[in-house]
Amino acid sequence: MLEQIEGSRAVAKAVALCRPEVVCAYPISPQTHIVEALGVLVKTGELSPCEFINVESEFAAMSVAIGASATGGRAYTATASQGLLFMIEAIYNAAGLGLPIVMTLANRAIGAPINIWNDHSDAMAVRDSGWIQLFAETNQDAVDLHIQAFRLAEEISMPVMVCMDGFILTHAVEEVDTPSQGQVDAFLPKFVPRQVLDVDDPVSIGAMVGPEAFSEVRYLAHAKQLQAKEKIPGISREFELIFGHPAGGLVNGYRLENADTVVVAMGSLLGTIKDAVDDLAEEGKKVGVLGITTFRPFPLEEVYAYLSEARRVVTIEKAFAVGMGGILATDVATSLNRVRIDQYSVIAGLGGRAITKASVRSLLEDAIDDRLEPLTFLDLDHELVEREITRMRESKRSGPTAENLIRDAQLKKFSRTQRDG
Amino acid sequence: MTFQPIKFYQTGSFVVGNRLLGENLRTVQSDIARSDSLTLGHRACQGCGEALGARYALDAAMRATGNKILATNATGCLEVFTTPYPETSWQIPWLHSVFGNTAAVATGMAAALRVKGREDIRVVAQAGDGGTEDIGFGCLSGMFERNDDVLFICYDNQAYMNTGVQRSGATPPAVRTATTEAVGSHPGNVFGQGKNLPQIAMAHEIPYVATATVAELHDLEAKVEKAMSMRGARYLHILVPCPLGWGSDPSATIKIARLAKETGLFPVFEAESGEVTGVSKIRHRLPVESYLSEQRRYAHLFKPVENREVLDRIQAMADRNVRRFGLLEEEVANNTPREQ
Ligand SMILES: Cc1ncc(C[n+]2csc(CCOP(=O)(O)OP(=O)(O)O)c2C)c(N)n1
Ligand code: SF4
Ligand SMILES: [Mg+2]
Repeated sequence: MLEQIEGSRAVAKAVALCRPEVVCAYPISPQTHIVEALGVLVKTGELSPCEFINVESEFAAMSVAIGASATGGRAYTATASQGLLFMIEAIYNAAGLGLPIVMTLANRAIGAPINIWNDHSDAMAVRDSGWIQLFAETNQDAVDLHIQAFRLAEEISMPVMVCMDGFILTHAVEEVDTPSQGQVDAFLPKFVPRQVLDVDDPVSIGAMVGPEAFSEVRYLAHAKQLQAKEKIPGISREFELIFGHPAGGLVNGYRLENADTVVVAMGSLLGTIKDAVDDLAEEGKKVGVLGITTFRPFPLEEVYAYLSEARRVVTIEKAFAVGMGGILATDVATSLNRVRIDQYSVIAGLGGRAITKASVRSLLEDAIDDRLEPLTFLDLDHELVEREITRMRESKRSGPTAENLIRDAQLKKFSRTQRDG
Repeated sequence: MTFQPIKFYQTGSFVVGNRLLGENLRTVQSDIARSDSLTLGHRACQGCGEALGARYALDAAMRATGNKILATNATGCLEVFTTPYPETSWQIPWLHSVFGNTAAVATGMAAALRVKGREDIRVVAQAGDGGTEDIGFGCLSGMFERNDDVLFICYDNQAYMNTGVQRSGATPPAVRTATTEAVGSHPGNVFGQGKNLPQIAMAHEIPYVATATVAELHDLEAKVEKAMSMRGARYLHILVPCPLGWGSDPSATIKIARLAKETGLFPVFEAESGEVTGVSKIRHRLPVESYLSEQRRYAHLFKPVENREVLDRIQAMADRNVRRFGLLEEEVANNTPREQ
């Protein structure tokens, strides 16, 4: 059914249609509307049987999900940012135990400095944990990916994280085709756990493993991700048959035919990039886009297949490895290590800084003219940065960076208004 | 009531012997049909009180529920010594997640059972004192506050044993641990409030809180049984001597546990909805030295010279417990065997 609906509420509806049996909630912006809406659905009895548990921390949220999943319950939770970090020990544990928990990550920056706005630092902090990570471009995607997430998680018995951009998607009201219960039931079979705490067939889950078998257990986690990579295209095709529109998959291409320059990105940013690319195409520029829907497992071969004919690849991402550079860019580079292609890594939109079509456009023009640095921080205010570097050089006690920069930014704004007004 | 207050105590130990009791009063452990939840082949040290406590508690819980128990376990000695790959000593469904989340994991287990309409199956969560009082405290308090249907058992050996005997929030004053060495002008652990988890649990007004030791099998089993007859959050705090960490003789585990109670240092009581409802009286009051001198973790209090000041302070703690909980027998005792 097509409806105008907030992203969070659409996701809550989709999750409810998947009949989760235990939902645990701990509030953190911008995830709150999702669990609030689920709480209502449980209280009104629309989602039943289901236990909605208000926990005392994200660490407990994931731990409750672990206990529920190991007892054979379909478990769901949602978090973001600091919350994800607070539960990180349980994140790794859920993956290590192979429990098919589904979690929404309403992507948000990580402090310090504390910042509630969107970027992908949180997802990147757990990219090596063993969780499958799917990224939604639109709210329709977010809805569809959640339904596929339960199916995938339970088929391979691994946890799946659906990443949707905080505020940009979670709080955006737009048209979404919400599926019917019949469609979801046809797509998502009853949960049959691979391992379960059962009084009639007692097993020990979470036993200690030493060097004699640890590598093998870890390898099997990797093997499951490879298995996921094989299953995801099939799940996506089956989804389309039942729900009538395409969704999911490993990667999604746009204007890739004959593209000299290809932009790689994840999440809602793809919309802005596609708009900029459309404009460039009208001017005869051969630019295409490759959206990464499945970030873990990383689709190395598919990325290679789509990019190997390009002249240059520009990876734009909302997170970076401090002291190193782009994270997605590094994975893309691994895909392309057999070919010689100019690769540019762009870090953009940190802590919610708007990524405008104009910025993307001028960035791509620079790339096309081979004027771009290998690593670029889009729209970085170099003046602010230089001022602080000078301050640190001049005084050992230069003070807290965040405070200094905010003051400088205010002063700059003030002097601009003085000048202009 | 017309019964005669007979006390079937063994001389010296003051234990009520199984053989002196009617069949129906005998312990689960003496029953040939006991479940053996935690079976042999585990790798605990000789004389490990934690292994003993877990075995007593879980077998009693199994009997009380018709063998319908799911257990979860924090990281710690109990988890490590029962499951070195590829073996497991658990004969019951058992889950280990991480160190600090056991109460929350148990909440999830109970929630899944409730959704599935399997409330006949009960959940028992277990942790050491570190996994209970320190790192696991947030999750535990949350579980209490929500009154989830979980029995949480703390095996209190008064330190982080699994990592090599470091101080925890449950380590008593003056104790030597690897992080409170017996050096300097104030050897051993500092004097402070410590964390009295049973009382903190009572402050949550949960249906049932009890303490026990591995010395009193009847008492411990009866408390487990009582806990399993109730719904909601229940907390059982069992004192489990650790020969390795306490520097005690493996054969003295039961004796030391008994001395902890008989000196008044470890009050054994039960409480319902925040009110103390029963106290195990001291049968034969002894000075704290009788307990402390059995353990090398207190050796610096006796050698090279006796540290009277510290011993007096520890005695004062015991005296306070005696007053606070009314641990001494009334002159005219009228106790049932249960209230030993
Ligand atoms: C998050 C985390 N911190 C520290 C540890 C290391 N660790 C494992 S067991 C343990 C001590 C357990 O002490 P306690 O809970 O009292 O149980 P005991 O071994 O004494 O029975 C510690 C510190 C860990 N496994 N996880
Ligand atoms: S160190 Fe202590 S608690 Fe751990 S197994 Fe040995 S005796 Fe038991
Ligand atoms: Mg301990």
